[in-house]
Amino acid sequence: MKQTPVTTGYGAAIRDGFEYLLQNHPSVFTIGQGLWSPWYVGNSMTDLDSQFGRERVIDTPVSELGCTGAALGAALCGYRPIVIHPRVDFMLLAVDQIVTQAAKWRSMFGGQVCAPITVRAIINRGGEQGAQHSQSLQSWFAHIPGLRVVMPSTPTDARDLLIASVLSDDPVLYLDDRWLYGLEEELPPIEERNLAQEGPRLTRTGQDLTLVGCSYSAHLCREAAARLSANGIECDVIDIRVLNPLDSTLMIKSAKKTGRVLAVDGDWRSCGMAAEVIASISEAVDPRVMRAAPRRVTLPDAPAPTSSPLERSYYPTVDYIVQRALALVGAQQETFE
Amino acid sequence: MRASSADTSAERNAFSLGNLADAGSYHEPLLIDPLDNEALMSGLQRMILIRVVEEKIGDMVSQGVVKCPCHLVIGQEAPAVGVAGYVRKGDRVFGAHRSHGHFLALGGSPHGLLAEVQGKDTGVSRGMGGSMHLIDIPNGLFGTVPIVGATIPIAVGAGIAAKMDGNGDMAVSFFGDGATEEGAFHESMNLASTMKAPVLFVCENNFFSSHLHINLRQPDSSVCRYAEAHRVGWARADGNDLAAVRTATKEAVEAIRAGEGPRFLELVTYRWRGHVGHREDEDVGVKRKDDLAAWKLRDPISRLAVSLEANGALDRQQLKRFWTEAHTVVEEAWAEASHDQYPPAKALLSRVYSGTMARKR
Ligand SMILES: Cc1ncc(C[n+]2csc(CCOP(=O)(O)OP(=O)(O)O)c2C)c(N)n1
Ligand SMILES: [Mg+2]
Repeated sequence: MKQTPVTTGYGAAIRDGFEYLLQNHPSVFTIGQGLWSPWYVGNSMTDLDSQFGRERVIDTPVSELGCTGAALGAALCGYRPIVIHPRVDFMLLAVDQIVTQAAKWRSMFGGQVCAPITVRAIINRGGEQGAQHSQSLQSWFAHIPGLRVVMPSTPTDARDLLIASVLSDDPVLYLDDRWLYGLEEELPPIEERNLAQEGPRLTRTGQDLTLVGCSYSAHLCREAAARLSANGIECDVIDIRVLNPLDSTLMIKSAKKTGRVLAVDGDWRSCGMAAEVIASISEAVDPRVMRAAPRRVTLPDAPAPTSSPLERSYYPTVDYIVQRALALVGAQQETFE
Repeated sequence: MRASSADTSAERNAFSLGNLADAGSYHEPLLIDPLDNEALMSGLQRMILIRVVEEKIGDMVSQGVVKCPCHLVIGQEAPAVGVAGYVRKGDRVFGAHRSHGHFLALGGSPHGLLAEVQGKDTGVSRGMGGSMHLIDIPNGLFGTVPIVGATIPIAVGAGIAAKMDGNGDMAVSFFGDGATEEGAFHESMNLASTMKAPVLFVCENNFFSSHLHINLRQPDSSVCRYAEAHRVGWARADGNDLAAVRTATKEAVEAIRAGEGPRFLELVTYRWRGHVGHREDEDVGVKRKDDLAAWKLRDPISRLAVSLEANGALDRQQLKRFWTEAHTVVEEAWAEASHDQYPPAKALLSRVYSGTMARKR
């Protein structure tokens, strides 16, 4: 008799990652706002405090900078703390500790020491929350040498890349997106992996177009590719997974094959991740190989509005990606001249 | 148990809230100076208006009509109204995520707020901000934002600007007990103190930062100790007693306008609804259920009404009329806002940059 597969949601998969880490690595602890609240971080940390004790699952005052710096200090002294910021926007109060301290610590002291801190921030947008509760800013952080930036788009990655982030001896920013919490899949057994060996992954193959995205955008790309396939257009879909340091090998190879690239990112356009993808490809691929100019789909360059009609048109959708992809594939004669 | 609303000097303890922390520790009637009757009567009306607006928004949140996150101020009407009574034209006020009360207390239009929470172009932030981002320059409200602590240094800057202007105007910074845990708060207090900036810091201590009680976040329950450390003159009052809030504010504002530098007020109060949304017990903290019932008896509105009745300034009929009038105003404003237009699509990009430049004076 065949067993029905047990599927796990994205949030529960993150919780599995925390549970594994807290169970198997005594040096791991977590600190951040909302860790004792049933709702703050979705279902991604439910009851960890009662399971592992409030000494290792620490809810905090409203002090993002202090908590992040304190986690860094503990990381320098043999612990592997995970700082939780329930929203990217709140994490910005701690940017000095992440960008100017943690990311620099190893290199500026001659590569002799490690700062194994993981900063987990949640992208939590939509719902008419507006400008100050909707930022993702991965491009900003992916700009920083010394800071690994991880964005899982599937439940398995959500669990396994969290574990890899925490076990990495480098500082890591791990960003998960609440819009992915609805995804479910069957999880393979846990395997500890070296984050330095993880990178972009080809999640679908096709010869007509390369779609590249990370996190929720990678999910949108997968959905769009399925729709395009029904229209006879086959896509390579690349899920970036690790944004920094960026390994562009796979996207370059794919662009050479398809000759068309659509980079999708749920962040702003200027100096954004989509621009980085296109730049990395453009530097490495002979323009004569390309069948069309690369294109990007991003947020419009404006803060998030609250008003529902404006909000509805603000975020990229599967429909929009499909439409842009069709235009790109139709634009055969578009050249670089 | 009975306690005085404002601390007497013998009881001044910058570390402990003393009796004020005890939900059941309050007195009625309030201690009212008859000369203040008129201001208290209009304060009562304003508190009733805030209550009715908030209840309306709460209902609309529960029905899913209002979708933006709303942090309701029900139960905490007195601090906003008491302080607003001493704000004059030229002053600049800043708030946070729980600022519907600040907006209305300063004279903001219910329609502007009710349109904003619906994302309408006629809202105070033209539908771009929702509940958490309110502005009303004509009434002195320079901005309310939901990043905890963010407006505290901004208010200090507005105070410095007021000092440079030299007109005796001040800045007011409203924030919660949670905000005192941010570094920006401490930097701001030190800066304002050192620069003798005309700033009124108003901390509405309602014991909670979302789900966590202050006892789980700070070693002491009173935040006045921070003012003491930064040598900012402070006072503490029962934040559910409009008369006491007014007395404390009056003294502080007089000192600020006399050029003595910043002042700090801690107003002890309690929110009746959850941290966000319409429910009462959402994200409950330490024994909130029991406390809530007790704090509802310490209602700033009914306490003031009882007291004004006792001294003959108010009668039952008038009180009834205040409530009916508020309901009429709110229902009309809601109906109007519901029919208003959303911002046009081009608003998304056209409101980002001004494109203009400074003119020579
Ligand atoms: C920088 C930052 N950190 C965390 C939050 C999440 N948050 C929103 S309101 C709030 C509670 C703040 O409590 P308090 O200042 O006491 O205000 P109250 O809600 O009691 O009015 C928190 C933690 C935030 N908005 N901004
Ligand atoms: Mg509070």
